[in-house]
Amino acid sequence: MKFSEQWLRELVDPPLDTGALTRQLTMAGLEVEGVAPAWPEIAGLVVVEIKAVEPHPRAEKPRVCRVETAAAERFTVVCGAANVRPGLCAILARPGARLPGRPELRAVSVKGVRSEGMLCAAAEIGLGEDAAGILELSAAEAAGRTLPELFGANDHIIEISLTPNRGDCLSLLGIAREVAARNQLPAPAISAPAAPVTSRARRALELTAKEACPHYVGRVIENVDMAAPAPLWLREKLRRSGLRGVNLVVDITNYVMLESGQPLHAFDNDRLRGVIRVRYPEAGERITLLDDSGHEIRPATLLIADDSGPLAMAGLMGGKASAVCPATRHIFLESAFFTPARMMGQARRYGMQTDASHRFERGVDPRGQTAAIERATALILSLAGGQAGPVVQATHEAGLPQVEPITLRKTEIKRVLGIEIHERFVSERLKALGMRCQYKNNQWRVTPPSYRFDIKIEVDLIEELARIYGYDEIAVKTPAHRLKMRPPNPLLQRLERARDSLTGRDYQEVISYGFVAPELNRLLSGEAQTLCLANPIAPELSEMRASLWPGLVNALKYNTQRQQERARLFETGLVFSGGGEALRQDCHLGGLIYGSRYKKQWGEAQVAADFYDLKADLEALFAPELNSGRLAFRPGEAHALHPGQAMRIVAGTEAVGCCGRLHPARGRALGLRDSVYLFEINMQKLARATAPGPDNMAGLVSRYPPVKRDLAIVLDEAIAYAAVAECVKAHATDWLNELELFDIYRGEGVEKGKKSLALGLTFRATSLTLKDEEIETVMGNITDGLCRKFGARLRA
Amino acid sequence: MNDIEQLQAEALAAIRAAPGLPRLEQARIDYLGRKGRLTEQLKQLGRLPAAERPEAGRRLNRAKQLVQEALDRGKKTLEDAALKQAIEQGRLDTTLPGRGMGCAGRHPITLTLRRITALFQQIGFDIVEGPEIEDDYHNFGALNIPEHHPARAMHDTFYFPNGRLLRTHTSSVQIRIMENARPPFRFIAPGRVYRCDSDMTHTPMFHQVEGLIVDQSVTFAELKGLLIDFLEIFFEKALEVRFRPSYFPFTEPSAEVDIMGERGWLEVLGCGMVHPNVLTRVGVDPQKYTGLAFGMGVERLAMLYYGVNDIRLFFDNDLRFLRQFH
Repeated sequence: MKFSEQWLRELVDPPLDTGALTRQLTMAGLEVEGVAPAWPEIAGLVVVEIKAVEPHPRAEKPRVCRVETAAAERFTVVCGAANVRPGLCAILARPGARLPGRPELRAVSVKGVRSEGMLCAAAEIGLGEDAAGILELSAAEAAGRTLPELFGANDHIIEISLTPNRGDCLSLLGIAREVAARNQLPAPAISAPAAPVTSRARRALELTAKEACPHYVGRVIENVDMAAPAPLWLREKLRRSGLRGVNLVVDITNYVMLESGQPLHAFDNDRLRGVIRVRYPEAGERITLLDDSGHEIRPATLLIADDSGPLAMAGLMGGKASAVCPATRHIFLESAFFTPARMMGQARRYGMQTDASHRFERGVDPRGQTAAIERATALILSLAGGQAGPVVQATHEAGLPQVEPITLRKTEIKRVLGIEIHERFVSERLKALGMRCQYKNNQWRVTPPSYRFDIKIEVDLIEELARIYGYDEIAVKTPAHRLKMRPPNPLLQRLERARDSLTGRDYQEVISYGFVAPELNRLLSGEAQTLCLANPIAPELSEMRASLWPGLVNALKYNTQRQQERARLFETGLVFSGGGEALRQDCHLGGLIYGSRYKKQWGEAQVAADFYDLKADLEALFAPELNSGRLAFRPGEAHALHPGQAMRIVAGTEAVGCCGRLHPARGRALGLRDSVYLFEINMQKLARATAPGPDNMAGLVSRYPPVKRDLAIVLDEAIAYAAVAECVKAHATDWLNELELFDIYRGEGVEKGKKSLALGLTFRATSLTLKDEEIETVMGNITDGLCRKFGARLRA
Repeated sequence: MNDIEQLQAEALAAIRAAPGLPRLEQARIDYLGRKGRLTEQLKQLGRLPAAERPEAGRRLNRAKQLVQEALDRGKKTLEDAALKQAIEQGRLDTTLPGRGMGCAGRHPITLTLRRITALFQQIGFDIVEGPEIEDDYHNFGALNIPEHHPARAMHDTFYFPNGRLLRTHTSSVQIRIMENARPPFRFIAPGRVYRCDSDMTHTPMFHQVEGLIVDQSVTFAELKGLLIDFLEIFFEKALEVRFRPSYFPFTEPSAEVDIMGERGWLEVLGCGMVHPNVLTRVGVDPQKYTGLAFGMGVERLAMLYYGVNDIRLFFDNDLRFLRQFH
């Protein structure tokens, strides 16, 4: 909300400068977001009265104006605006003036007539958007006065950001009440004496939707002069509050709304038929609003209607057909209380927010309607004339918010805030906030004013006290603890360890959005049931990731497009699948490598990373689980991966992840030049499967010397190393301590379709020194086993 | 036997002249070896007349000793020279970069989260987590934000067609934890949150850390003490901190916490005393327990700590940016 500082000071004027006042507002919870001068003080501007307007001797449109300042200086100005006329006052920019966005003004000749300046439109001197004609000032208000006299010296536009609970501060009056309470000044008030009733014109009311509109006040004013101009003070107050002038009647209703917080609406009384009803719509009813938008009215939208149909969406916007216009003679003023709960979300449903809806949603003073009507009436009568009819109202008392007394215990203040506040301070300040209160037996009985319907329970009062006392004045204390030790969260612990391992192996952690492009999700995740957002911000961010790979691949592509030829990335986070009750959101860990094995360097050849680089990283990453046998790699295909370069990661019988090379077809679809190797694992399943258990027991190390033997065998290319290792172990007895594969050879001396494996075996017993003959026997068994099972032969 | 001194001189000359260890060894063999010339002389001592023997023996032994000493000295000199040469040859350009894999780092948001959680863990907070796809009740209803409440307009929420939503804050986790256990509670809930918003200071996904203590005598004064300590330790300097009245439906009193930056106050945290309605809803008696709660935007803290001015940098995942953090 924006407002003029001077306007506030008309209601309450604390002995504070602008800076101190705005700081005080901020610390009262009315956060000041900006302070700006109320009008731009441009040198070279002067108020003039237009004495005469003559036609230009040699031009059609521009006219020659004779103007005079308060100091009786006379100038001749050539002006093209249509609204220049004698008797009007205007603002003249003299040669030398620097208007916003223009070069310095100079005296010029317009087709032979010398112009000693320029008569300004409002927009040209930073007073709003109106650029249609010159800014009109009536002689009565402007003649003989200086600019500061007209616009007020040293005013500021203060903009505050209000929290939704403080609907009462959406008005000058509400803000003034806060300021008064803070500075212990008398509570401000707006005088609104009942206007003399000089007309019998009235309209009957009928509240059908009583719960939604428990109070409705209306009045007819006849013979209003719609041509009367809005005075400068009114236009400026609206402008400084960020509102545009419309016509005098609408400007007055807006003014009263800003002043008191009570939105008003004016109808053209001649366009109303019969009884005014507040009701919910019938099926299929439509309305065209003031902003020319047409709507089919939703069932939950409250209407103001007459005998012929809908007139306005209650509390949102008036209808076009019944709006006041220059031809209007009689008006019907409306001021109502609409129940906030029924107003909430209504405007949003139509994609709009109006000053009225904003206030009604947060709640207006349920007792402020009549005063607002009277205030508006007084202004209309004085500025536009007319005869006021009687105030008519309809009330459903039970539907109005009721203020109930609240008990505030002294002990509760201490229990919540941690400090003692003196009883006198409590009583005085609550009263200053407009509350009635009585203190007895260490507690207060407090009745808040009607406009503070946000205060309902004890803690609401404690917050008010804390605000007035000052949050910064509340003591600072160290929290006291009851010490209770708990086991750490195994998932978070495992994730931290994974980050250590991966960053130590040159994997950079990335963080990507939880939503991705649906195509990328499909391409990389293989999840059948994905989750789409109903209101994504962009199509490429519309589906929840079913895998970490889409985000990782996006990050990879972002970097390859920026000349990064090598990347090693990982991410942790939730991935999503399923729908309804089957919704799954599990924490995964995923990563990829791309480009060369090492970053370009002097001592290593540039070799493309391959499957075994990835596998080594995973062996390090999962070393604890792999060593204890709780996790294992198994050959097997996986979605999006090369069928011959993929493995599944299993915990017992459960698949928990996979790794391998991105399927070349998918790599091509993604526009990636080199191979990508990926892994992903469900960390929740991993943490569950590998929860702490008995396998943290250390094994013994033998004190007897080891015996080492090498074995080179030739066998079919298709035989997997794991099968060979298993066969060796099966025949080796438990003396076999270590089995190393130290070479794979293909080429000269080995037939095509075969490979030679070189194995290093280390034998060691725990309780004796092994003899050569014993080892030879075992080696023989191993060789025989390999020959029988795989048709292997020893390599010569 | 007059040539003993002659032999000795020859031996010493050969040792001096030896350019390397092989020639030195040859000299040893030549003079002191099993068939060396001095050894031969010693063997022939017995053939001398008895009267000459002691004198000749003395001279021979002396010569042998001198030659042996010369051999030892020569050997040491040559070995020292060889070592010195090997060392000279072993000189490297130690300014060349190290070889091999190198290492990378954590994401700056992870680093920031870890710094935050470590501080709270240090004083006994548990770390808890909750789902990112939430239901209306846990994200809004239970937190005292009924449907259509204007406070919901502060949260531009992503919805799913079935009415579920992406949590807009980690405050939902406090409900999930409290509804399933009994007080006292003392935990922080770090995690990702989502809002439909995107510009220099907003991304549709960001991180928050929610913190909560519910116990028998938790006060606003303690909330202030806790957060001032946290901010000063997090930012590693004494700070001007202010608590400014604000509004969150799930706390009362509520406050925004600002710190004084180079160009004025900067909002860094929201906090307050847990609203009695929230406690009641999760089955905690608000007459018996009070609670303090706070929530912070991790990106905001990271931006201030690292001097990053565009939040989107965190999620572009540009390696040139990320490589700065370890």
